[in-house]
Formats: sequence, structure tokens, C-alpha cells
Amino acid sequence: MAKKKDSGVVKRFESEARNVISTIEAGKNPKMKLPLRGLTNVYFDEKAQMIKLGNKLQTRTFFNVAQAKKFMQTFLLASEIKKLIGEDVTTSIRDIYYRTKHTIADTKENTFDEQSESDPIVEDIEVAFDALREELHLFASSRGSMVGNITIVDSGDTIDCRKLGSGGWAIPSICEPDVIQFKQSEAKFVLFVEKDAVWRRFNEDKFWKNHNCIILHGQGVPPRGVRRLLRRFMDELKLPIYVLVDNDPWGLYIYSVIKQGSINLAYESVRMAVPSAKFIGLSSFDQEKYKLPKEVTIKLSDQDTKRIKEILNYPWFQKPKWQKELKHMLQKGVKLELEALSAKKIKFISETYVPDKIKKKEWLE
Amino acid sequence: MTVEKKAKELAAQQRAISVAEFFEKNRHLLGFDNPIRALLTTVKEAVDNSLDACEEADILPEIFVQVKEIGTNRFKITVEDNGPGIVKKQIGPVFGKLLYGSKFQTFGGKQGRGQQGIGISAAVLYSQLTTGKPAIVTSKISPKKPANVFELKINTKINEPEVVSTKEIEWDKNHGTRIELELEAKYMEKRASVLEYMKETAVVNPHASFVYIDPKDQKLKFPRVTDKLPKKSKKIRPHPYGVELGILQRMLKETKARTLKSFLTSEFDKVGSGTADEILKNAGKLDGKILPRLLTLEQADALLKGMQGSKIMSPSTDCLSPIGAEVLKKSLEAEYDLEFAHAITRSPTVYRGNPFQIEIAIGYGGELVREGTVNLIRFANKVPLLYQQGACAITKATTSVDWRKYGLQQSSGNMPQGPAIILVHMGSVWAPFTSESKEAIAHYPEIIKEVKLALQEAGRALQLFVGRRAKRELAKKKEEMFKNYAIELAASLAELTPKKREEILNKILKVAEKMYKSGEIEREEEKVKIKKRKTGAFRGGEEE
Repeated sequence: MAKKKDSGVVKRFESEARNVISTIEAGKNPKMKLPLRGLTNVYFDEKAQMIKLGNKLQTRTFFNVAQAKKFMQTFLLASEIKKLIGEDVTTSIRDIYYRTKHTIADTKENTFDEQSESDPIVEDIEVAFDALREELHLFASSRGSMVGNITIVDSGDTIDCRKLGSGGWAIPSICEPDVIQFKQSEAKFVLFVEKDAVWRRFNEDKFWKNHNCIILHGQGVPPRGVRRLLRRFMDELKLPIYVLVDNDPWGLYIYSVIKQGSINLAYESVRMAVPSAKFIGLSSFDQEKYKLPKEVTIKLSDQDTKRIKEILNYPWFQKPKWQKELKHMLQKGVKLELEALSAKKIKFISETYVPDKIKKKEWLE
Repeated sequence: MTVEKKAKELAAQQRAISVAEFFEKNRHLLGFDNPIRALLTTVKEAVDNSLDACEEADILPEIFVQVKEIGTNRFKITVEDNGPGIVKKQIGPVFGKLLYGSKFQTFGGKQGRGQQGIGISAAVLYSQLTTGKPAIVTSKISPKKPANVFELKINTKINEPEVVSTKEIEWDKNHGTRIELELEAKYMEKRASVLEYMKETAVVNPHASFVYIDPKDQKLKFPRVTDKLPKKSKKIRPHPYGVELGILQRMLKETKARTLKSFLTSEFDKVGSGTADEILKNAGKLDGKILPRLLTLEQADALLKGMQGSKIMSPSTDCLSPIGAEVLKKSLEAEYDLEFAHAITRSPTVYRGNPFQIEIAIGYGGELVREGTVNLIRFANKVPLLYQQGACAITKATTSVDWRKYGLQQSSGNMPQGPAIILVHMGSVWAPFTSESKEAIAHYPEIIKEVKLALQEAGRALQLFVGRRAKRELAKKKEEMFKNYAIELAASLAELTPKKREEILNKILKVAEKMYKSGEIEREEEKVKIKKRKTGAFRGGEEE
């Protein structure tokens, strides 16, 4: 991996550690301030069309029953990250969880019990020390693949995304310009597909070749790498981004995360959100429109209904077209998976549905 | 056969059955229904007698008990006291005649252990029935006189003692009595055992010392906790609220009073001239000058109603002899290793004209087992009640208290759970037992209420202790938690700065100590209570 320039993160860690020690020396309860992550401190920036982190701060103190462990964990991870940077190695957030997990003193308690405990602390460190994850020499396990009319450079290796067979290029967790560069591209648009299996359909049918585009998937909620890549396609290549997801609340959430960012990573929205992303399907009107048989629909669960009602109130779903779309889903009481289109014909989705929608500009924004 | 002939034939078979003969056939009524209970009842009756005798003579009791196995299911029981002794003439009747004794009072009375004078002679009878052996009684009344040794049996037909032999011996004791009995029995070490009885008796008789030698020849000592004899109970006259028609009729017949009014003022507790007038008025204007003996059944009934319908002061309570809260607490602590003990002596009160007084003690923690039902030990007139817990008013009162309020666990309506011991003592002139074997107190609402109030009062003290202890434990746990996290934090900070780990750790621990002392940590915790806001529809569990 290419050598990272020192971003000053270690210096900021050390300075915070000195602060803690001098507070202790003054006989006081050590504390650190960090931006509050979570619903109470995110807002929707209408102008930028994305979820952003507010400026509320939380104080994490050591002598506090509810915070002591997190306080300790924060510095435990920071000291481990310092080692990574010092040795100039990059590792996964799963790996750092294992490297810092151990039994505390002579107790039966562990520093961390689950990775789900250390991941939020890593995110805390990102915001508290204003550091990008890659500056911490950390990455998440990668997820998602890409093929299309584009040649890229990944860590110095040139990759022609037209010649990647059925699997495509595995999108790494970190897709910053110093790792990934776009070399040559003829693509006219980008198609993001929710699921791996549907993406394979498009790849097998050489959709990207026939329609001169890039296709990628994120296997569910897209990880940081995929989101960052989409954003760079928009920024650097000025490509339109189309999002194809199931017609259910989860699909809408995936679209929402791509477009506006998420609550949890609100501080990363400025680098990852793609406000111009277009929702091309599936729509709640598709069943009638394409005369899909009734059997391919699935009844909405109570949970689904509840979520749709919540989504109806989201500020970025207030356009009349969206309201119509959502209310129609509620009224029909069913959801539709991408695979439902195969009821027409296996290649219906790649040969008819998507090309049609793009041609007729039938999308929501 | 004519009816008359049959009646005459039946008359020929009819005869009085002696009390002794009756109990021979109904031994369960006195607590001799199985070999395990027989052993315990025998010890109990003998010890009760010894304690009463000592207290009667203002002697601090020193009691020796031995249970010796002398064959299969055969035991020899010896109980010896330092009491005043029994004069030669009385030895026979005291041990060899049922329903004989100084304690049996028809009208009124005072708080004492025995009530009817059945106990010890019933034990003698049981011994005789199961082994055929006589009881051996040794008694001495003065240092100047030799001791009398009696071997005696009971003639069950006529309820009279049958002296097998007598002799005089030298006994190196100033005064006292010893009884030796052989009987068929079984020895148990668990619940309702002699050991448990000894332990419980020692708790409620803090002025007595006991030595107990068990069948394994182990010597157990229960030294006295106080040198003060309990307040001596005084004999009182019956209270008008406590008499029944039958008793009233007998009193009317036996009284030496010449007029009905003087009968009322002389034979009853708390009845003066004014009260007597009120009673007579309420009895349908009975004439106070008539000879009591001449009252008709209807008039007696009216008199009874008059007594019940008049406002009369509560009975005198000097007939009671409470143990005293302070000594009771000390005594409980002497027998059990406890972290907390609290005792209460309630003021005397009355059920059906009978004064009674409730005393309770609660112990917690220490040697007591954490799991399982609380150990409830019940006493009536300083005698442990070892059987029929379920039928007792004390149990009823205990289960009706909401112990969850007081730091114990409980499923409602059941006995509480946890490391606690609850001692309840009812002292009364007349303890209303459910049966002659004296093991459960009858469910009088006044008694249940009084026990419940006492338990609740003690419960509040217990709750304070348990609450404080839980808080202390939590604080200690927190302290340890901070210490362990501090060890980790110091290590991390040492990686990030040039400071030494130990140096940082010591400093953190110093701050911890300071914060504990000032109570700052407690305040820190309150800040944590951030209101939980409803999160949005999609709070990602997914890694992003």
C-alpha cells in the first residue's frame, strides 16, 4: 500500500492524551469533547440536499459509570492506531477489534465483546479527531463490485473494467483519489443495483457494453467505498447516477443513504452523498404498468407500513411525485422485488425495463 | 328388648374414664403421636417446668439436658435444673398425676410456660407406656437436707402416682430437680430437632444457661446473655371481656361476695364501683344487691351481655413478662452470626379480654443462607413452637406483610425469601393454641394485626439496612470497575505520551479516591440520564 503522508492525527491523539493527564494531575475528572453522533445532532441541509452533522458536542468523562468504558476504549483504540501509523500498515476495523480485545486487568470483563462495540468508537475517533478513516490506516471489509466502460488505477495497478469476466472489480473500502484514479472512461451514466444477483444479470447481458455505462452494486446498503466511488463519478466524470432497488422500505432507505447520506455517518455526507442520484425503480406503479402477475407481490408487514409512514415525513421525500409513489405503495399494501420482473422474461430488466425508464426519463429525484 | 331394659344395660357399662386413660389412647393430643415428636416433647416439657420453677424462685436458671441412645429406638432423657426443688410429698403428684400443678388457673392468671399441668406427667406416662420403666426423679430443696430419689409410675385407671421406690442420697447441689426418663423415640438432626429447640429456647430465655449433650456425646453450651431475671409476672383477675357464660356461672357459684355488685368489683380486673353500676345497668337493670349464687341462667346471660356492652378499661398488663427488645436482640446475635439484628417489644394489648404482648426480632445476613425461605421461629410464652407452622396466626401475619418493601423477596401471600431470620414471641396469660399439643396460635384478628404491625416496624429497620448495604456493594463494585478501567486507560495514555504507566495510574486512582470522598461520582451519574429519543426508521445495523 502506498505510503500515507502524516496527516497529523497522531499529534492530535498525543495532544488529547496530554490534556487528559494534566486534568488528572489537577485532580479533576478527565474529559474529552466530541461531536454528538446520532439523530439528535443531524439535520437535513436543504441547500446541499444532504444529511449533515450538527455542531452539538458531547462530553465524555472517565469518572462516569456510563462513560468510563467508552472513554477507556477511545484511548485504547487511539494508541493502537498510533502503532498502525507508526508501522505504516493499514488494517481492517475487524482486525483492530481483535488487536485491542483482551481481558481487563484481573476481571472477567473484556475491553470489547463484539466488533459492534469497537466500530462506533472508531467512528467517534474519526469525528473527534477530524480524521478520515484512511488517515487512521483503517478500512472496513470491502463489499460490492463494478464493471463498465472505464479504466481505473487501483494502488498503482491499471485495471480495465471492460475485461473483468463475471465477477467484476471488487470495490475496496477506501476509494480516495490517492488510491483509485479514473484513467479513461467513455461511460455516459452509472447504474447502481441493490443486489449482487441482479447486477450479474446486467453483467451477463453486457448491459454496460450495449448502453455504454458503468454498473455496480453494494450488496445491500452500500459501504463507504461504493458510496465514495459514486460520489466521485458524479464530481469528476459528471455522470448521472441511477439507482435500482426493490420496491420496499429497505430499497428506499438504500436510495436515501446514497442520495442524502446516513444519520450514523452524517459527518461523511460531504464526501459521500450523491444528491443528484435518480431513483429509476422499482416503482409502486410498476405492477400495473408492466402487467406483472399478482403472485409476484409480497404483502407489506406491519413494520413495513410503519416505516413507509415515517418515510412520508422525511424532508427529502416531500416532492409531490414521491408522496404519490409512497402513498400508492401504502394503498396497494404490497412490495415488489427486482426479481419480480423476471416473471415477464429473464432479460426483461436489462433489455426493456431499465433502458425504457432511462429513455423516457421515468425516474424520481 | 324394651328401651328401658336397654338403658339399664348401658348404664351398667357406663363409667368415668380417667384422664390418664384418656390420654393413653389419645397421645397425639399432647404431642406424642410419633417417636420423633415424643422425644422432643419430653425434653420440652421437662425444660419448660425447670425454667418456670427457677423463675418462680428468682433463680437464674442453669439447665442440663442429655439425650442418650441406649438401644434401638430407645433413649434416656435427663433434664436437671438448679430450681428450688420439690418437697417430698409433692414429688409423686407433680410427676405422676395428670392435670396436677400450680399453674392451672380457672379464672385469670399470669404469663407462664405451662398452662394445664399436663406436660411432664404425660411424658412420664409415655415413657411408662413404651418401655414399662418408671421415671426417676431426684430433688433437693436445701443444702442442709439430703436429696430424695423417687422411682414412680402413673396408675392410669385412677390417675394417681404409684411410687415404686424412694431413697435419700447426698447430692452435691444446693437445690434442684432432675428427671430421668426412658422412652421409645427417634432422634433427628434436622428441622424440629432437640438441637433446634435448645437453640431457640436459649434465644428467648437470655437469662438462662443451657448445656446440652446430644446422642453423639457432643456437649453444646448456650451461655446466658443477661444476669437479669425477666420481670416477674403478676397474677391478675379475669377481665370482663374475657369470660364466657360457663365460667361466669361457676364464678357466681364459688364467689365469697355477698352482693352482685361486690362480686363484680372483687372478682374482675378493672371493675370499680362506677363500672359495676354501668354493667348492671347494661344487663337490663339487674339489682346489684342480690346474692350472686341466686342468679338464674337468663340473668347470668344478661350480666355477660352487660359486661360486653360496657366500656371497661383494658386489662392490667403486669401479668405479662416480656423478654425486652434489647436483650432479645443481643440473644439472637449470640446464637446466630448476623450482619444486622433488630428487635421490638410492642405495648401490651388485648384479645377477648386476655392481655398479650408481641415481641419480634429480625436478623439478616451473616451465616444465614442467601437462598430459600426465611427462617421463621415462633414462640408462645417463651416456648418454641416447632410444628404446625402453616396453621399458626404468626405465620399468617408474616405472609400477609409485603416483604418486598423491606428488602426481602416474596411472591405475594407466601413466606419471604432471603438470608433472614424472623423471631416472633407472643406472651399472654392465656395463649390461644389450636390444640393441646401447643404448636400453633389460633387466628385471632387482634393477634394477627399486632404481629403484622410489629413485623412492619422491624421491616422498616431491615429495609434501611438492606438498602444501605446494597448501596455500599454497588459503590464497591463501581470503585473496582473504575480501578480496572484506569489500569487500561493508563496503559493507553502511556503509549501516547512519554509518561510512565504506573505514574499515570497512581494519579488516576488519586483522583478516584478524591471523587469518592466528595461524592462527585454520584452526581456525574445523574448527568448520564439522557432522554432516549425515538430514533429514525433506519438506524443502520449495517456496516457502512
